[in-house]
Amino acid sequence: MSQIDEENNAYWSANVRLIKISLVIWALVSFGFGIVFRPLLSGIPVGGTDLGFWFAQQGSIIVFLVLIFFYAWRMNKLDQQFGVDEE
Amino acid sequence: MDQFTLNLLFVGASFALYIGIAIWARAGSTSEFYAAGRGVHPVTNGMATAADWMSAASFISMAGLIAFTGYDNSSFLMGWTGGYVLLALLLAPYLRKFGKFTVSEFIGDRFYSSTARMVAVVCLLVASITYVIGQMQGVGIAFGRFLEIDTTWGLLIGSCVVFAYAVFGGMKGVTYTQVAQYCVLIMAYTIPAVFISLQLTGNPIPALGLFGTDIASGEPLLARLDQIVRDLGFAEYTAAHGSTINMVLFTLTLMIGTAGLPHVIMRFFTVPKVSDARWSAGWTLVFIALLYLTAPAVGAMARLNISELMWPNGTNGEAVSVEAIDNDPEYAWMATWQKTGLLGWEDKNGDGKIQYYNDQNAELQAKAAENGWVGNELTNFNRDILVLANPEIASLPGWVIGLVAAGGLAAALSTAAGLLLAISSAVSHDLLKGQLAPNMSEKTELMAARISMAAAIVVAVILGLNPPGFAAQTVALAFGIAAASIFPALMMGIFSTRINNTGAVAGMLSGLVVTLVYIFLHKGWFFIPDTNSFTDANPLLGPVQSTSFGAIGAMINFAVAYFVSGMTKETPQEIKDLVQSVRIPRGAGGAIEDH
Repeated sequence: MSQIDEENNAYWSANVRLIKISLVIWALVSFGFGIVFRPLLSGIPVGGTDLGFWFAQQGSIIVFLVLIFFYAWRMNKLDQQFGVDEE
Repeated sequence: MDQFTLNLLFVGASFALYIGIAIWARAGSTSEFYAAGRGVHPVTNGMATAADWMSAASFISMAGLIAFTGYDNSSFLMGWTGGYVLLALLLAPYLRKFGKFTVSEFIGDRFYSSTARMVAVVCLLVASITYVIGQMQGVGIAFGRFLEIDTTWGLLIGSCVVFAYAVFGGMKGVTYTQVAQYCVLIMAYTIPAVFISLQLTGNPIPALGLFGTDIASGEPLLARLDQIVRDLGFAEYTAAHGSTINMVLFTLTLMIGTAGLPHVIMRFFTVPKVSDARWSAGWTLVFIALLYLTAPAVGAMARLNISELMWPNGTNGEAVSVEAIDNDPEYAWMATWQKTGLLGWEDKNGDGKIQYYNDQNAELQAKAAENGWVGNELTNFNRDILVLANPEIASLPGWVIGLVAAGGLAAALSTAAGLLLAISSAVSHDLLKGQLAPNMSEKTELMAARISMAAAIVVAVILGLNPPGFAAQTVALAFGIAAASIFPALMMGIFSTRINNTGAVAGMLSGLVVTLVYIFLHKGWFFIPDTNSFTDANPLLGPVQSTSFGAIGAMINFAVAYFVSGMTKETPQEIKDLVQSVRIPRGAGGAIEDH
């Protein structure tokens, strides 16, 4: 395997690791806090209801936004680090 | 100036703007027609994608569904935004690097099979056409309501407008038109919400007002709403009532359906660079979130306003009188909407009052017997009128009502145009140029694209004129198909070199067929009434409703593709190299015109 291939593989594994972490957070706030774990969070009050309701109707959307921008920012840094960014 | 003239003025002015932009930005070349010459800035592209994505379903229908069901319909909010995370992380940058025009082109090249490309085209066509029929129906109803004409005429006028800017503009015209449409629709959605939030909570930001304090009672708004709907015998607003499994699957279906819809994915072909495709998905979600963070507030506040209008003396006092509904200007909206047949009331017990309560609730039946009520007297309240009627319910000025009219139409028209573009490129670029007539000139291809667009409009108008009564189900079908067929093929094509041509075709076909059959079993074969064997109230597989099945279809697609690929010939080396090159941003050039 040439050196470029090895570099590219390292870049790809770093990318896949970042995607996995992001998707765990993605699922946790929506399917987790918003739906499945909502009963566990019912003790935390938020504006007349509980935290799970907030995550289902607002919180998860805000986290999604942060996730996409975080990923774009990290990936652009990663592109430069591995020298695979667009000239 | 009366309301009709105001509506006409707002709708007319906004249309003049869209058509003007479409003419100004006419597409000259094929590249411009499909992908706007790849010169669209990520923020501009994000705004256009947001307008493209938010249809009559998001603008007109969603807040009403949330208002009358509460927490259980949070799936729409999470599902239709969470899909953008999948798009940004799993698809958009790689498809941009691939550097061709259409989704099926990628599938055809990656799976080195014209069969795979054709299967993808079929999936895209079925999903897009069913979606566009629903939009055209929405266009017809909105035009009919605000121009005070028959919906048939509304539909015909609307289709001419869609034709004008989609056919002559192409992607470039549509992109800039959709930026204008986004501005109109977001103002139309948020301005009334700000007014209402100020009235109820004193907070000018509706998303914060939702979790704020109701000024009139001094209690938190949602606690107050829960109390009122409980008093009237309805299900508590913030509580969960449905099946958890079904809610998870429905949310997941909407998410992966979003990431598999061709007209949304196509948008990410139009940004200049791979890094821009990542940013563009983020900007799109910013612009979508402005509406989606406002929608739950619109729903909850409208539900509170309506309940309090029906019970002006509190839920233990006297109900609103028929006389007030007929004469009090605060109730004038009820007479207006009664004319559409979407709102109705009847003084069943003849006491001169209209009692609005849940007459299926045992506790309320006891209370009703005590007070001489003989059933719920607000007999009809169509959920789809809520957003359009909202400014009238809250007694907002006439210009706000006109603005909402223009916004609802912008939402429906922009999505219809984007879908028509996806359909025309599937026919002219993938079917004709890619398969049947590879040697045709650029000019002929452009002509074929415009003809197929016109043909798609005609089909949508015909089916929209005689709706088989499945507008809401149509949208669910479009999402289910996209989720079960397109998304898994794209994802596996990028993230696995193991999946080969046979695996991908088998996966797409099995996902598509199983999902279609499950939907037809519940909604009727080809949506013909009374041919269904099951209903969504009592589905075939435990709690899994037909609208939630797309996620299961996608899992079947993944499983079949892996299994079949393992049993058949390995992917050739040049395809493995193609996958490697798609994964690396460096070297993403402009459009590849010939292939």
